[in-house]
Amino acid sequence: MAVILKTVGLNKVYRLGSFFRAKKIQALDNVNITVESDRPVIIAVVGESGSGKTTLAKTLLRLEVPTSGSAIVYDKEVAGAGSRPSRREFLQSIQPIFQNPFEAFSRYRNVDAYLHETAIRVAGLSAEDARDAVAHALSSVGLEYNDVVGKYTNQFSGGELQRISVARALIPEPSLIVADEPVSMIDASRRMIIINLFRKLRDEEGRSFLYITHDLATAYYISDFIAVMKKGQVVEFGKAQAVMSDPQHDYTRLLLNSIPTTRQRWRPRNVAPATLN
Amino acid sequence: MIELNDIVVSYRTGRGSINAVDGVNLQIPEGCIVGIAGESGCGKSTLMRAIYGDILSPMSLSSGTIEYGFNDSSGKPVTSENVRDEWFKTLSYIPQSSMNSMNPVIRIREQFIDFPGTDPNKKRVLEKVREYIGKLGLPAEALDSFPHQLSGGMRQRMMIALATFFQPNLIIADEPTTALDVVVQKEILLLLMELQEQMGNTILIVSHDMGVHYQVTHKMLIMYAAKAAEYGDSDSVFAEPLHPYTKMLIGSLPTIGEDRARHGIPGSPPSLWGDLHGCRFAERCPLATGLCRSQEPPLVEHKPGHFAACHFAGADLPDTGDAGWQ
Repeated sequence: MAVILKTVGLNKVYRLGSFFRAKKIQALDNVNITVESDRPVIIAVVGESGSGKTTLAKTLLRLEVPTSGSAIVYDKEVAGAGSRPSRREFLQSIQPIFQNPFEAFSRYRNVDAYLHETAIRVAGLSAEDARDAVAHALSSVGLEYNDVVGKYTNQFSGGELQRISVARALIPEPSLIVADEPVSMIDASRRMIIINLFRKLRDEEGRSFLYITHDLATAYYISDFIAVMKKGQVVEFGKAQAVMSDPQHDYTRLLLNSIPTTRQRWRPRNVAPATLN
Repeated sequence: MIELNDIVVSYRTGRGSINAVDGVNLQIPEGCIVGIAGESGCGKSTLMRAIYGDILSPMSLSSGTIEYGFNDSSGKPVTSENVRDEWFKTLSYIPQSSMNSMNPVIRIREQFIDFPGTDPNKKRVLEKVREYIGKLGLPAEALDSFPHQLSGGMRQRMMIALATFFQPNLIIADEPTTALDVVVQKEILLLLMELQEQMGNTILIVSHDMGVHYQVTHKMLIMYAAKAAEYGDSDSVFAEPLHPYTKMLIGSLPTIGEDRARHGIPGSPPSLWGDLHGCRFAERCPLATGLCRSQEPPLVEHKPGHFAACHFAGADLPDTGDAGWQ
């Protein structure tokens, strides 16, 4: 079985304030996760704001250097003191998708410029192959090459633009895509389009995902593994089904109880007041 | 009873005038929580601003009237003409971002006594405020702090305290919990429900989370492209949605413990600049026929108290299969 993601004693301490009066914030506190599988998987990381989810993503993307510990993605060490792959080799194996697609793309450039640049600079393709790679990536997210080329960000809806950023991430054929809150800026009626797309890419194109979210319902819906984080620590980790149906940690139970579902009300409510009828 | 009589709210822009709320007729009974849902740009926040009376250029109430069903201090009925005098007397507002709505450079207690029209004796007011925020589960010291010293949940609680202290008849809450995480969100929503039960006032709550609406509201309004698509008792709307848009919206929510495939709603709402004729949802609707594209369905009562604007209200949706995301 291949090691898809493994973190060993990952720590990250942010220092705030001046040199002499620094305040330390432990954003990651001894994070140990091991995901081994033969087939590609979707790993969800859930938790409240400030729990260290985004720091974990940034560490894997090499946007932050961990204070100690290391991280391994598909048998390659990507963070930590050990040997590191070159930048291009790294970007060919891990790609990001960010929260707000309107901020990820500049308003003053055609969006296809980003796609072509990724194909030429990261995937190392010739200009002609790049066009085919872009067209293929766009078709796998359900968009047409001709509908995208030459357009600016304001000509797309948030959902379409997020699909374009998924297509961009697919071009170098990475083994892992790190998606940090990819649907929180997208309208509720179209979130499931992106979520289902992740599932399809896992099954048909063999991409693994690290899906960072605070929405437990969508995490349950698509993920194979779930890590629940609180104050920098992973308090619960395991198969999604097992964690959600039989949570062991009090915090996971609290999170599950707080989701506003449309199945069961939090408390029996006095049926609408008398004036209603 | 709050009555909206065919209100049209428009924005004046360089390209001409655009109707962000286009002919909404509603009757909201007293003493219930009404949820308003719809996608971004459907006019829900504009409708809230119109009801709140915060109508400033380039926005205008171009036709229709709003009757609030209660009187001001001189005994005159409150309408859209004089509603601005009622702010923080009989009408209050809970915004989405509490950090941006409080004055960052003065203490919270000073913001409480800043309101016009209350007791001239500030000390007595403060005593009452201290007692009141204690009831809402806030420590008394929170009053003496600056907004940035409180956590997001405490600040939002403080906004609720500010908005409910005067026992207003109508509270408008525009996405009050969107910026909070689920654990805090539940506390805030339960607090709001409890206060509503005690005071028996009307709350209008905007949220894009259908789960929040199910937990909190007595009545639901679903808006689509500046129009009301469906309006009725929440139990009835969630159990038997009539409009295909509502059905698809509720059906797209994943639930823990259920493994059925979910689909988003493909396509996007029509541009309000375009030539709008027929049903505005027709382009995205699996049930649409020639009738839908040519004739606009009116909002009619299909069951007692349950309205929908659809020619085929209540009809079953075809199974979209696995191609739904395309």
